[in-house]
Amino acid sequence: MTLLSVEGLTIDLPGTQPGLVEDVTFEVNEGRCTALIGESGCGKSLTSLAVLGLLPPSVRVSAGAVVFDGVDLLTCSPRQLRKIRGGPVGMVFQEPMSSLNPSMTVGDQIAEARRLHLGEGRKVALARAKDLLDRVGIPNAARRLAAYPHEMSGGMQQRVMIAAAIACDPRLIIADEPTTALDVTIQAEILSLLRDLQRDLGLAVLLVTHDLGVVADFCDDVVVMYAGHIAERTGVDDLFYRPAHPYSAALLAAVPQAGQSRSRLTVIPGRVPTAGAFPPGCRFGPRCAHFTAPECARPQPHGRTRCGRVASGDLVLEGALHG
Amino acid sequence: MGIRMIIRRLGGGLLVLWLVSILTFLLVHLIPGDPAEAVAGENATAADVERIRAELGLDRPVLEQYVTWFTGVLRGDLGRSLFTDKTVVDSIAGSAPPTLVITLMAIVVAVLVGVSAGIVAGLTRGSRVDRAVSALATLGIAMPSFWLAMVLVSVFSLTNPWLPATGYAELSEGFGTWLSHIVLPSTALGLATAAELARHTRGCVADVLTRPYIRTARARGASGGWLVRRHILRNAAIPVVTVLGLQAGRLLGGAIVIEAVFGISGLGTLAVNAVLQRNYPIIQGYVLLCAVVVVLLNLIVDLAYGWINPKVRTA
Repeated sequence: MTLLSVEGLTIDLPGTQPGLVEDVTFEVNEGRCTALIGESGCGKSLTSLAVLGLLPPSVRVSAGAVVFDGVDLLTCSPRQLRKIRGGPVGMVFQEPMSSLNPSMTVGDQIAEARRLHLGEGRKVALARAKDLLDRVGIPNAARRLAAYPHEMSGGMQQRVMIAAAIACDPRLIIADEPTTALDVTIQAEILSLLRDLQRDLGLAVLLVTHDLGVVADFCDDVVVMYAGHIAERTGVDDLFYRPAHPYSAALLAAVPQAGQSRSRLTVIPGRVPTAGAFPPGCRFGPRCAHFTAPECARPQPHGRTRCGRVASGDLVLEGALHG
Repeated sequence: MGIRMIIRRLGGGLLVLWLVSILTFLLVHLIPGDPAEAVAGENATAADVERIRAELGLDRPVLEQYVTWFTGVLRGDLGRSLFTDKTVVDSIAGSAPPTLVITLMAIVVAVLVGVSAGIVAGLTRGSRVDRAVSALATLGIAMPSFWLAMVLVSVFSLTNPWLPATGYAELSEGFGTWLSHIVLPSTALGLATAAELARHTRGCVADVLTRPYIRTARARGASGGWLVRRHILRNAAIPVVTVLGLQAGRLLGGAIVIEAVFGISGLGTLAVNAVLQRNYPIIQGYVLLCAVVVVLLNLIVDLAYGWINPKVRTA
């Protein structure tokens, strides 16, 4: 069952780049995890922020719909949107240190959503916050309620953030690179916590990441974004066995292989074009090993893949895994 | 806020006061002219001057004079005015109320007007309200307080006889009367500080608005007054409190000018007359009082930091 569906979402940077994010369509199903992947600057975070209407004032959604549980979040009233934020949809951000309020105890920050959405008093909400801290694996929960974010490690802060996001028993968690700012060992802990919560609470998760290992571990569906376009939408197995866009294949090839020591690291030449300098036709074209004029200089098809050559059967890509 | 930190701050404040007491004492002795001659008057003989000098203890070594004066200060005895028989403490206590009341009310005006205007401007950055606040704030900072005072008097006392143009009334003469006498002086004194506060508050609020934790709070469903009270104000308050602490000391000095414009005899009048007459015990008392007030304000600001910012509390 589709819980969240993003349809034709287009975000403009007025004056510089129309179509900063263009015609993005994907779905998140009940209880499943959808990954939104791509290099930095591909519009993943913007897309995830647009879902709850949290875009910075300098950018603007110009078209599309974001339907959550039958309600279009882009056109609903601010009041209705506020009820969904922190209620049925929780959000976890990238840098826990700067994303938690430095002058508010973690207990109050976790309790906040319950006070706002369920009208609980401070005491009741704090008691529930203690349970939530227990749930996300913070020892000494009762004492930690009165701590401030700066008194905790990055991993603990991210657990607090997750506790706050699940405070009102949401159905969907949007996690915007929840582990990027953390140590590698802590990353694994946070991810396994998210996976446990997803399983136990039946959460749907929209996970923004650029870590393909996380995708393989954790996700069911994958949306690959490049320069504001969706390069391809696929299942996690298909991504690794049968990528349908040269960008996906290039991302897979760029992952170092543990089995092959001292092999050359593969990189994608060039960099993501900046806003205002997107090429016509295929936006990945200038960096693509399979670029062929004139097909690739023309607008590319919409659908499962945004590569005309793959769609027409002209190009067959190799996956990272075979079988 | 740890007790140890309070004690440390308190100790620092006392040290500052002690240094100020030395400077104050020396300053008076460095002023050209002889207090003994001033007291003796124009027609005094050299013998008279000598006698007065001995009476005042001015013939003794400076260090000895300082020790005598300072032990007196510690006991709350600042000496006597050279020209009246009143003690310095009595003179200051007699003149202080109007000045302190006007200064305090000026702070109230500054905080009420400045902080609220700054919050509104910061929250609506780029709007017409914001531009209006910024323009008025620049004007307010540029305007000298005595000129503003005269404009206020001309509008609210002369053109429209709503408020008294001069003088001061005791609270015992009735609250309304009292209030009507301090509204104009406090406003004239406080508006420049309000302008300064408005600019800082606006900047801080606008800055806090761009912080990721505000986005997190929004993602949690916080908005409107809840967001402003719980997430924005507290984080924007620290620089504002700093500015307020600095401005409060300035206001006390600025009150002298305002007293002159409104014909109120307060500390300013007392201090200016004391300087003109070389009535040095009064000058010393006045400077010490100002130092105490400024040190106290800074102590309050430091304590407020600890209350506002949990990071300071543990440091």
